[in-house]
Amino acid sequence: MPLPPLPERAIVIGAHAADWRAAVTLSAAALAASGAAKPAYAQEMIRMIDEHGPYVVIAPGLALAHARPGPEVLADGLSVVTLAEPVTFGHPYNDPVSVILGLAILTADRHLAVVAAVANIFNDSTAIADLAAAKTPAEVQAIMKVSE
Amino acid sequence: MKIVTICGAGIGSSGILKVNAERVLRKLDLDAVVVAADIDSVRTVAADAQVILTSAEFVDAIGQTFADVIVIENYFDTAELTAKIEAALS
Repeated sequence: MPLPPLPERAIVIGAHAADWRAAVTLSAAALAASGAAKPAYAQEMIRMIDEHGPYVVIAPGLALAHARPGPEVLADGLSVVTLAEPVTFGHPYNDPVSVILGLAILTADRHLAVVAAVANIFNDSTAIADLAAAKTPAEVQAIMKVSE
Repeated sequence: MKIVTICGAGIGSSGILKVNAERVLRKLDLDAVVVAADIDSVRTVAADAQVILTSAEFVDAIGQTFADVIVIENYFDTAELTAKIEAALS
């Protein structure tokens, strides 16, 4: 299964975020802009981190902002936000973060196929630095190997 | 053998850990069932597991268990996963 859609409007490059909450909110806004989630999905993403800690920072420099499937999710979707100045999440190993990968999953039964496709991209250890350095949405889409 | 991957939502990060653990197990020619679950269901899902893979944030919440609890730092680093899974199973 290919990655969920990553249209240009779900990509924000060189954004300014004061802290991790602002960065996650931008990530959710990009998912809302592409129609994958309602704006309120931001609160769900932030709640996961408030409850459980910064575990979403799953690799150096990368946060996988996500929550459970629920009424705030409208479709499977991805967003990519890169930050002009990295933010810290308080993660023991992987701070600071300059790339936020937003993930909306409509139904739990499909999530493994989606995350397998995500792993295919990021198991290449250059992908995060390449995304952080990308200057255009088209570059981001090329790194993520999506055409739309 | 059973391996459980734990995250907050049971989708997303634990799914990535499951997918990459399965890739590593195939390379090592090891046979194991890998289940992704959320922290709230760890007691039941991991009751018969030998290994739990997770982030540092969940170690306290997982609490006492018969399984080896292994903290993965970089979920996309299959070399780290390989070394830690091999060490846990040997």
